[in-house]
Amino acid sequence: MSEILSQIFQIGFFAALIRIATPLIFGTIGEMYAERAGVLNLGIEGMMMLTAMAGFSTTYFTHNLWLGVLAAMATGVLAGLLMGLLTVSLGLSQHVSGIGITLLCSGLSFFFYRLIFGQPASLPKIKPFHTVAIPVLSKIPIIGPIVFNQFALVYIALIFVPVSAWLLYSTPWGLNLRTVGENPKAAYSAGVSVSAYRYQGLIIAGALSGLAGAFLAMAQYNAYTFGVVSGRGWVCIALIVFGQWDPYKSAAGAFLFAFIDALQLRLQASGVIHVPYQVFLMMPFVFTIVGMALVSRNARVPAALLKPFRKEER
Amino acid sequence: MITFRLEPREHTPLWLNALLPLAAVLATLIICSGLIKLAGASVISAYVIMFKSALFTKFDFAETLVKATPLVLTGLAVVVAFRAKFWNIGAEGQLLAGAMAAAYLGALKGVPAWSLIPLMIVGGAVAGAIWAAIPAILKTRYKVDDVVTTLLLNFVIDYGMMALLNGPWKDPLSGYPDSPDILPAAQFPILLKHTRLHLGVLVAAVATFIIWFLIRRTTLGFSITAVGENPKASSFAGMSVSKIIFLAAAISGALAGLAGVGEVGGIQFQVMQGISPGYGYTGIIIAMLARLNPLGVIPAAFFFAVVITGAEAMSRATGVPVFLADVIQGTALVTMLVALMFNQYRVKFKKVRHE
Repeated sequence: MSEILSQIFQIGFFAALIRIATPLIFGTIGEMYAERAGVLNLGIEGMMMLTAMAGFSTTYFTHNLWLGVLAAMATGVLAGLLMGLLTVSLGLSQHVSGIGITLLCSGLSFFFYRLIFGQPASLPKIKPFHTVAIPVLSKIPIIGPIVFNQFALVYIALIFVPVSAWLLYSTPWGLNLRTVGENPKAAYSAGVSVSAYRYQGLIIAGALSGLAGAFLAMAQYNAYTFGVVSGRGWVCIALIVFGQWDPYKSAAGAFLFAFIDALQLRLQASGVIHVPYQVFLMMPFVFTIVGMALVSRNARVPAALLKPFRKEER
Repeated sequence: MITFRLEPREHTPLWLNALLPLAAVLATLIICSGLIKLAGASVISAYVIMFKSALFTKFDFAETLVKATPLVLTGLAVVVAFRAKFWNIGAEGQLLAGAMAAAYLGALKGVPAWSLIPLMIVGGAVAGAIWAAIPAILKTRYKVDDVVTTLLLNFVIDYGMMALLNGPWKDPLSGYPDSPDILPAAQFPILLKHTRLHLGVLVAAVATFIIWFLIRRTTLGFSITAVGENPKASSFAGMSVSKIIFLAAAISGALAGLAGVGEVGGIQFQVMQGISPGYGYTGIIIAMLARLNPLGVIPAAFFFAVVITGAEAMSRATGVPVFLADVIQGTALVTMLVALMFNQYRVKFKKVRHE
């Protein structure tokens, strides 16, 4: 047993854990801005699929990775704006609008991928991101290779967490965003534009879903497949509940999920337990549901989440 | 500059009720024609091929009805759940639960041959209901968001099914991950010679009537709608909100489970990967297009069956990616949502002068 454990918990395991957590951090933190402003963005799963496709295709033709990342972010912002049009400007059901955006975006990603690449015999591939070792820090034993020899996007994700906490809790902008999500009437009376903040939340959510999609198709893998997201967007929605709409706690949730995901990958590879590998793939989802059941009773949901705001109906 | 504002309507004129889904579908086809143009095909011929190939011959029409069968059932599943504001996005998973139960029961040896089909129908419905009961209990007892749990449970059961297919159910001869065939006596009878039109079509029709009756004519049906519209008032009126949400979820899951039973009993005779190409998600679009009216589910499901079956012929003939069908589905949900707004509000345009 101890042999298996030492086989699993190596430096490579923890480095993989951080990589698995990265798209979840992007997705979760982005979604948090939207939800803190009062909009549940169930479009995130489809947005991640579409942005992954857009980023991958851009890089495939331009051979420029960062241009691909930008294209992915721009695509995500467009999808976020559409979500804003439906839920903020028109005040439609956030649940159904989000599902609509997901179905629309996933359909578009399949359609355009087939349109661009046809049905080639071998999977179109790009040269993906390389890891960037940070001088000095990457030489620290154990921690160095785990944290400081990662993709550039990983560093960006890790920095995003404290930056988001600062933006949310320590700036006037963050205060307004939170007020819009808690008490839009009060915000409106104080002269804060509810719809402007909700749009901003969705734009950030869209841009970060783009970073998540780009990471999946251009760093974690080097190709776009129809299963590239496979539920990670929904997991982000769950992680926010688990993380109580707080950047640090949500990031901690992402690491916990990544731990279980990395663990199941290692168990799959180790071959000690003889069950079909899909049993392992199931584990992170089961744990997510259990985790939500444990915390949801005491969840402090933004009070105006799911509620459209119409000035004339005050 | 012209701005608009939304004014609540006092009541909806009848003509608007019927017109809205049609307008949404028309808008969808117009929007998606841009993608057909982009793919370099003629819009008119693409749509003509799509609709003609799904409707023209007796065989094609029967195939479209076969395709509509699971869609009617998942559509009804979403209607019942959404009426209670139980956000069941998990019809896909509940369908798989029903399909697996049907595949297991349909291959049972040692039970009378006549009992196989009833067993599959009841067993599949129960399996779907159980799979939907989990998020319902999590919602009512532990206040866990139903959207997230129903979505995540889709992945759990999908991987669970694949594990079964790669484990105990793996074909010992070919090694393919598909379950053993059900017994010949468990195969649904064909209703129309030389087609695949099977008993499941009848099941879907009967289910539609039952759900219409349930919602319009029974106390439980009224309670489901009341709980969805105003849980607080319902609870003051003495209803047990938790119990009614639970029942709505179970009925919803049972309907989705039946969709899976029909696919196994009438079409595939076994379970394999991809047995549902997203019927559960299409059910959401159908329910919204039907405006959560059980009878409206039938034309809506039929429309999407046409789109899904017609898209393949259209793709072969014009080279437009078959995934146009998916884009049409997503766009239809969005346009229908926008259309619904006109139902509740009238748009007032007014000129604003800049000073």
